Amino acid sequence: MKMETRPSIRAIEEEIVEEFALFDDWESKYEYIIDMGRQLASLDTSYKTDAHRIHGCQSTVWVASEYLDGRMQFHADADAMIVKGLVSMLIRVLSGQTPDDILNTELEFIDRIGMTSHLAQTRSNGLRAMVRQMKLDTAAWKLKQQNP
Amino acid sequence: MSTDSYHSALPTTSIMASEENHNTFDVRRIRADFPILQRTVKGKPLVYLDNAATTQKPTAVIDALTAYYTGCNANIHRGIHTLADEATAAFEATREAARRFIGAASTEEIIFTRGTTESINLVAASWGREHIREGDEIILSTLEHHSNIVPWQMVAEERGARIRVVPVDEDGAFQYEAFLKLLSTRTRIVSIVHVSNALGVVQPIEDIIRAAHGVGALVLVDGAQSAVHLDIDVQRLDCDFFACAAHKIYGPTGVGILYAKHSILSTMAPYQGGGEMIREVRFTGTTYNDPPFRFEAGTPNIADVVAFRAAIEYVEAIGKPVIRAHEEALLAQVSERVLKIPGVRILGDIPGRIGVLSFTVDGVHPQDIGILLDNQGVAVRTGHHCTQPLMHRFGIAGTTRASLALYNTSEEMDFFATSLEKVVRMLS
Repeated sequence: MKMETRPSIRAIEEEIVEEFALFDDWESKYEYIIDMGRQLASLDTSYKTDAHRIHGCQSTVWVASEYLDGRMQFHADADAMIVKGLVSMLIRVLSGQTPDDILNTELEFIDRIGMTSHLAQTRSNGLRAMVRQMKLDTAAWKLKQQNP
Repeated sequence: MSTDSYHSALPTTSIMASEENHNTFDVRRIRADFPILQRTVKGKPLVYLDNAATTQKPTAVIDALTAYYTGCNANIHRGIHTLADEATAAFEATREAARRFIGAASTEEIIFTRGTTESINLVAASWGREHIREGDEIILSTLEHHSNIVPWQMVAEERGARIRVVPVDEDGAFQYEAFLKLLSTRTRIVSIVHVSNALGVVQPIEDIIRAAHGVGALVLVDGAQSAVHLDIDVQRLDCDFFACAAHKIYGPTGVGILYAKHSILSTMAPYQGGGEMIREVRFTGTTYNDPPFRFEAGTPNIADVVAFRAAIEYVEAIGKPVIRAHEEALLAQVSERVLKIPGVRILGDIPGRIGVLSFTVDGVHPQDIGILLDNQGVAVRTGHHCTQPLMHRFGIAGTTRASLALYNTSEEMDFFATSLEKVVRMLS
């Protein structure tokens, strides 16, 4: 049962919340997010199409997904660094999880690390839109598995 | 409400004398008139540099709004009772103040709208549909805000007309020679932004108007940004239409002005139908009221129109030349410091730029800049500023824009520049 050894969505969320609790000023918090953005592998340009684009007002985010051995794998990129850092956290939490876990869990870490104000609410390029896209992709893959 | 409360808060004589000497402009006293400037953002003092989007409101305006609802709320024009009389008088007093503010000949030429966007839509829909025919041309410029593009595209598509676009130089300057070449007897209207919201550059509007009239075309001046900074005299300009909004002149949101020459207005068909705009309604046919009422269907935004007068009087009491001198000094100060930051490029960096510092930083997305400035209490705008064709012209997705108002200070300019230096360090 190797699948059971992977940390759950909640466990990874908890890890992130603990990491952010260490920062006592906004600079270190954002430097950490920017750093995560820098470390996220760039998405191959062949995926940077309208089909993978999350339309927003200011920055552009692309999300691609695949279904491997019963689990979802996400890849993403963004042209702005903070958004890219945030989407890399979403990948850390959701990539490698089962479709059911992804579809049945409401993410909490975004609120708990205090990142809702900027990015969750600005038009459709917010974190919410990214999460919604990842869940839609997941539901689509799940349907495909059920009705091959 | 005491209509004089803001007058007493201002050292009127020193302000009047300060046209030559901008040091006597006491920005601390001005700031005391704007309650919101006392608040903090994320634990830091608010540095509000998003004034081209909307300005903050002085106590005089806030009080006028409260006083209206507290003391004389009624529907206007048709009522026979005292409250209706008072509300009508207050509403019409703003029309007179607006007339004076932009130098119109008569209050009949002042139409209240929801804002600049609606003012332009009114002209495009009413005058445009009547006068623009297949093969006609509408001249705009690359600098235009989407609200001075889309309404014309709509009417052009409907009528089979063509939109011609005056290009801008690499530095954002309106190419006047190219404009002259575009003008022809096919040109029906020229609709140009007076001061660019994205760059702050000022167009040679007098020359544009004269040249357009030379071929028999009308001119609409989009004064959304200019009305708060520049002295506007629509009669001297001889423009046919002038559009602006109260909320960018320290007034309430939801109120705009459309100025149109009476000779043009009196021939224009209504924009919307309803109450107020009619003379007589029969099921066999309706006759319309005279301007400006013909264009003000339904109950207007009475309270905000009434409070707008306090904003106009506030600006008039200080004087636009004094305000402009203050803002110019701040813009020069902040531009000099920001230019020293590695990778910074100021757009529209030409003489006479008004109130706006719009820039890019190599390799840095404006959204990141905006978020990190906000964490320091600094409010700026990032993105395309509703001028996508202009951004496309420069080959960029957007800029960071700091825009100034009379209450900004030299200390704020330094704080902004220092904050920006920190942001660029964090992102590069």
